Amino acid sequence: MIINHPLLGPRDAAEFVYLGDASLMQRPNPKSETAAEDFHNYQYLRNNPAGEHKELWYHEQGDRSWLVVTRNTLSHEITHVELARDVARSS
Amino acid sequence: MRYSALKVLKEGLTGHKGWKPAWRKPDPKAAYDIIIVGGGGHGLAAAYYLAKKFDQKRIAVLEKGWIGGGNVGRNTTIVRSNYMLHENEGFYEFALKLWEKQEQDLNYNTMVSQRGILNLAHTDPQRHAFARRGNSMILNGADAVLLDTAGVRKICPFLNFDDARFPIRGGLWQKRGGTVRHDAVAWGYARAADMRGVDIIENCEVTGFDIKDGVCSGVQTSRGPIKAKKIGVSVAGSSSRVMAMAGMRLPIETHVLQAFVSEGLKPTIPGVVTYGAGHFYVSQSDKGGLVFGGDLDGYNSYAQRGNLPVVEDVCEGGVSLIPMIGKARLLRMWGGLMDMSMDGSPIIDKTHIDGLYFNGGWCYGGFKATPASGFAFAQLLATDVSHDTAKAYRMDRFSKGLMIDEKGQGGQPNLH
Amino acid sequence: MNLIDKNRPFNFKFDGKALQGFEGDTLASALLRNKIQLVGRSFKYHRPRGIMGAGSEESNALMEIHNQGVIEPNRRANMIKLFDGLDVRSQNRMPSLNFDVMAINDFLSPFLAAGFYYKTFMWPRAFWEKLYEPLIRNAAGLGRLSTNPDPDRYDKGFLHCDTLIIGAGPSGLMSALIAGRSGARVIIADEDFEMGGRLLSDPQEIDGASGYEWVSSTLAELHSMPNVRLMPRTSVFGNYDHGIYGALEVKTDEINAQGNIKGARQVLWRIYSQNTILAAGATERPIAFANNDRPGIMLASAMRTYETRYDIDFGKYAILSNNSSTDKNRSDQTIDTRADIWIADTSGRKGLKSVTLNSGEKIATNWLGMSGGWNPNVHLTCHKRGRPKWDDVNACFCPDPNTLPDAMQVIGAANGEFTTHAAFKGAKKACANLGHKSGKSPKADDAPYEVGAFWHVKGKKRAWVDFQNDVTSKDIILAHQEGFSSVEHVKRYTTLGMATDQGRTSNVVGLAVLAEARGDSIPDTGTTIFRPPYTPVSIGAFAGPHGGQHFKPIRKTPSHKFAEENGAAFVETGYWKRASWFAKPGEQGWRDSVDREAFNTRRSVGICDVTTLGKIDVQGADAGKFLNKVYANTFSTLKVGRCRYGLMLREDGMAMDDGTCARFSDTHYVMTTTTANAVTVFRHLEFVRQCLFPNMDIHLISTTEQWAQYAVAGPNSRKLLQKIVDPEFDISNEEFAYMGCQKITVCGGTRARIFRLSFSGELAFEIAVPTRYGDTLVRKLMEAGEEFDVDMYGTEALGVMRIEKGHAAGNELNGTTTALNLGLGGFVAKKKDCIGKVLSQREGLIGDDVLRMVGFTAINPNDTITNGAHFIKMGDPKDAAHDQGYMTSIAYSPELGHFIGIGFLKGGDKRKGEELMAVDFVRNNHIKVKVVSSHFIDPDGERLRA
Repeated sequence: MIINHPLLGPRDAAEFVYLGDASLMQRPNPKSETAAEDFHNYQYLRNNPAGEHKELWYHEQGDRSWLVVTRNTLSHEITHVELARDVARSS
Repeated sequence: MRYSALKVLKEGLTGHKGWKPAWRKPDPKAAYDIIIVGGGGHGLAAAYYLAKKFDQKRIAVLEKGWIGGGNVGRNTTIVRSNYMLHENEGFYEFALKLWEKQEQDLNYNTMVSQRGILNLAHTDPQRHAFARRGNSMILNGADAVLLDTAGVRKICPFLNFDDARFPIRGGLWQKRGGTVRHDAVAWGYARAADMRGVDIIENCEVTGFDIKDGVCSGVQTSRGPIKAKKIGVSVAGSSSRVMAMAGMRLPIETHVLQAFVSEGLKPTIPGVVTYGAGHFYVSQSDKGGLVFGGDLDGYNSYAQRGNLPVVEDVCEGGVSLIPMIGKARLLRMWGGLMDMSMDGSPIIDKTHIDGLYFNGGWCYGGFKATPASGFAFAQLLATDVSHDTAKAYRMDRFSKGLMIDEKGQGGQPNLH
Repeated sequence: MNLIDKNRPFNFKFDGKALQGFEGDTLASALLRNKIQLVGRSFKYHRPRGIMGAGSEESNALMEIHNQGVIEPNRRANMIKLFDGLDVRSQNRMPSLNFDVMAINDFLSPFLAAGFYYKTFMWPRAFWEKLYEPLIRNAAGLGRLSTNPDPDRYDKGFLHCDTLIIGAGPSGLMSALIAGRSGARVIIADEDFEMGGRLLSDPQEIDGASGYEWVSSTLAELHSMPNVRLMPRTSVFGNYDHGIYGALEVKTDEINAQGNIKGARQVLWRIYSQNTILAAGATERPIAFANNDRPGIMLASAMRTYETRYDIDFGKYAILSNNSSTDKNRSDQTIDTRADIWIADTSGRKGLKSVTLNSGEKIATNWLGMSGGWNPNVHLTCHKRGRPKWDDVNACFCPDPNTLPDAMQVIGAANGEFTTHAAFKGAKKACANLGHKSGKSPKADDAPYEVGAFWHVKGKKRAWVDFQNDVTSKDIILAHQEGFSSVEHVKRYTTLGMATDQGRTSNVVGLAVLAEARGDSIPDTGTTIFRPPYTPVSIGAFAGPHGGQHFKPIRKTPSHKFAEENGAAFVETGYWKRASWFAKPGEQGWRDSVDREAFNTRRSVGICDVTTLGKIDVQGADAGKFLNKVYANTFSTLKVGRCRYGLMLREDGMAMDDGTCARFSDTHYVMTTTTANAVTVFRHLEFVRQCLFPNMDIHLISTTEQWAQYAVAGPNSRKLLQKIVDPEFDISNEEFAYMGCQKITVCGGTRARIFRLSFSGELAFEIAVPTRYGDTLVRKLMEAGEEFDVDMYGTEALGVMRIEKGHAAGNELNGTTTALNLGLGGFVAKKKDCIGKVLSQREGLIGDDVLRMVGFTAINPNDTITNGAHFIKMGDPKDAAHDQGYMTSIAYSPELGHFIGIGFLKGGDKRKGEELMAVDFVRNNHIKVKVVSSHFIDPDGERLRA
């Protein structure tokens, strides 16, 4: 696969390390009354869609950016790539 | 119809006119007592044990395509019970004991071949972990032998002992491990279940569950609605997709695992060998092909195919461990969908919806579990009580902190 | 016009017999030139077989190439370019090709029908492994692997292009010409060693000249274009995501006088293309009729190729055909099924003698060409799970434009357009779609292809569908009768299409037979899709140069050379090589060395290279805040010039890593990680920084490789260091207390960092210098330490001392242990949030009965404690239900004079003094142990504060 890095252009996916669903960026509030359940859901439950999936890739053999990649899990087509930090800052 | 050598001889002399279909092709009835969703190894085994051991009647297996077309038909055929954690070891040893009796039980030659499985260690910590694991195996009634380098060489003299980047420092040997002819497992269970009245309904895709007030009373299918008192879902690889129809999110991601087979070769690899310093394991099929694999591609995928970096990684591991196989040729590669769970262990449990039961999360180890998974799921469906060896495979173990994490990788499925 | 150079003869051996061929020959053509019909045996029935095809579709003529004890099995004779000295042998026969005792299977065939083995061999149970299976296994398989390592070299490479053209027949060459002329970067690959495809085999004219002349002039022009790369002998075997293709280039099979292949034998290419033109041609199908597998029966197009390109004279021969493509064959007798004649049977066990027609007429002939029509080579359109669709007119599966991989166009015969005229037209159109204009195409053959759908001859005798795997039409019909009616079930039950040709010649015929049995049309019965690779690829090629020592990179510490000079034995720690002990003359094994190193360190001073520990520079205004999040304990309060032990949790509450973290300024911390986790911790920190707390002012960089670091431990460590630390820096206990850190200079001005840390439990320091000074520093330290009898110590002695101190390490931080398990529950700060805190409080992780890390000694001091033993209460049965925990680390303590261990025990913190069985079946070592504190030496830490 090829990931079109927002800063570096197209890079082979083998340069990256995969983590999982981009929902892992939404760490729950540890002070919330429902923190135990929230953290369980955050850490363990997944939508796991057959189709479009926003997911986290880390450019380990590159510039160490975490990226949010929108990729179709049926076709592997990648439609969008963003810097995770930009996504995190805007949410 | 009973299969036997005599029958084969007789049919051979009379033009094979007497062979009957291995299972019927019934139309779905309007209602059953128990429906199993998924005509894979686990689903067919569950149906068989429901009929045979738990005295259930009116059972159907619903299969979207053709039976045995999922992971039971595309895996590397290994059976073993060499786990470290008791929650797993007890269950897989139960499975291995069922494998050992399977052919006579089913009257079907599934070619259970106990030629042994050898896990290699390349560092002291690995050897220590193998000692702990070997002792766990024996505590659970399984067999295990901790080997030093010389012991490994005796079993597999062709390994790279002289020029290895990661020298072989020993291994864990389970003699009762081995391989089974994977497709035959699905067919054997299907035939035996069918003989006991189970309706195996192919080309019947479940499109929805009838759930009202927390009770599931039937399914919608591509061949019409079907009522049932109990519904067991056993569709590993597609668990999230199917359970989403019941409104559930699972502790599961779907990943692709590639597997490979070489051209046929005369016998050269004795049992199953797994590399401890690279992603590679191999066995040789009765037909002579080297059957091998390695790690997941690592990203969520339902595409049933992988990419080149993993192919190369696996072959690099293979050649560095067994230098002679450089001259063998890779004939076919394919990718299977793996229900990768959050701790690397499966789930066999009731759901919060009455009448709806779930069996999944088998990661890439589902094949060897087939008989025990079927048995345990059958018991749960029939009696609402978990099988002794499957009690830990509960849905709520993540919220309770009772993970069964062999590899210690935590909630990251692609690392298990 | 042929491509054989009779002035260049080659000598080769087939089954030991000396034969001759010529430059331009394949092994197959050379065997035919020598009138050899019998070349192999089939898989199941061991039927005598001859050459069937002229290309990679071959399913009969598989051979072993031998070279100095190394065997390469299963080579297709048609894909071996003949060379001088080639030594090939037939395979899967015993004892010889001519007389194969396994051919008894052929006579037993009534009992060996599809799936027979599922129905028998079950009694008695133990006989499967002992008798039946070994018999089956030895009879099965094809060629042999020698047990010798593959001596050949393989390479890998990457290529990029605008347009990848797969296949160099008329459509591929024309595409390359048009795209090349317009300046595109073109790669054109073909599995044959000569480009030209069927133009090399078919006598036909292009623009009035011979097809071969057109090929020559086209290739000459392509060779002159710097933007076009021609890759003959290169099989594009797989289509992967985002325009990536895998290709195997065969460089050579030739063996030099020394018996070696010089340079790389094969190269695995990853080709990155913007767009692709698939021009892979088509493969001819056989027809299933009784005894259609005799040596001498081959595909009609293969006969034509051997006649035209290789100048083989078959003498008189017959052709059986259902289509117009065989009009080009020079046969003496054409049996055209479209005229309702076909072959009812054949004779000649080891070589065809005659064929009998349905009319009863018997024709004497040694050769028969058969053609059941053509299958487009759609393989690469299917690798991403595209499905071809049935074309009724041409009776074949063609690529479905709706399921093609992105940016792929299919042209020519691969697209079901079988004439040369259509090939040129397809090329022109495909190139136009890519924006490349072209002039008028050359004038070429446009005779329409007509085919009658004739698949098999019914009858009682066996008619082969899959030649290699011995699947006959009766097997398919039987599978259907037994309920295996889905095409996938048929394939798996009969092994149809599972041979080394992946069903290239058999799948469609098999599907047709099945469709007829089911009473369905072919498209309603199904398709079979193809998986990579298109043709088998050496495992060695996929591995490339990464075998043996080159499997993974090697990382060496700055003291590596010094360690080598001083008798070090190295151990693999990830990619690092670390010294595990340093053997001195007279020592009788590793224990002697390790005992000395540990003892000497505790008595005087020792030095250990700890460079491999991960070092991460953490800088920024929010550095303390950030570390509070990633560590369970608090770091914002750490004073400048001080270090602190830190425990890091995963979000699921398990211990992830531990180490120390030093603070050099308000905004600058230096973190150390364990060697094993250096990479994953850094990745995790970047995740926390970028994804969870993107607004913190914080920067991270790994400096593991920038600093060489040594632990200097033991009562004399300070005295030793004072000799090399520059005098303006005070490292006395008063000025530089335990857990201090400072920037200093050593050896007269060399920049260094010094940390007063102790893993050994002794007075100890860690000193770091820029990596390039690492070798010098270790030599200086050893020189300075001579008066103290300083020793280097390795990871083994390090391990002994840390176990004596009860420090958790990798064996304990195994990913399933919490801070509480490790006895570090107090480290999880109460007042602040950290990664992993919430989930570490789940009920299953906090009960009284959870595993706790404790120490163990043997009741009988002479007993050896072993790692991986499980704990069972005295008198309890030794089974899983009574398991109390397990031993994680053990050592012989030279200080204490006996073995010690640490491990996890249920509720262990409250069980000190209890006696237990440590049960170790796999080493046959069950011993009685006592639960003790894990701090075996200096529990109050007086030494390290000295």
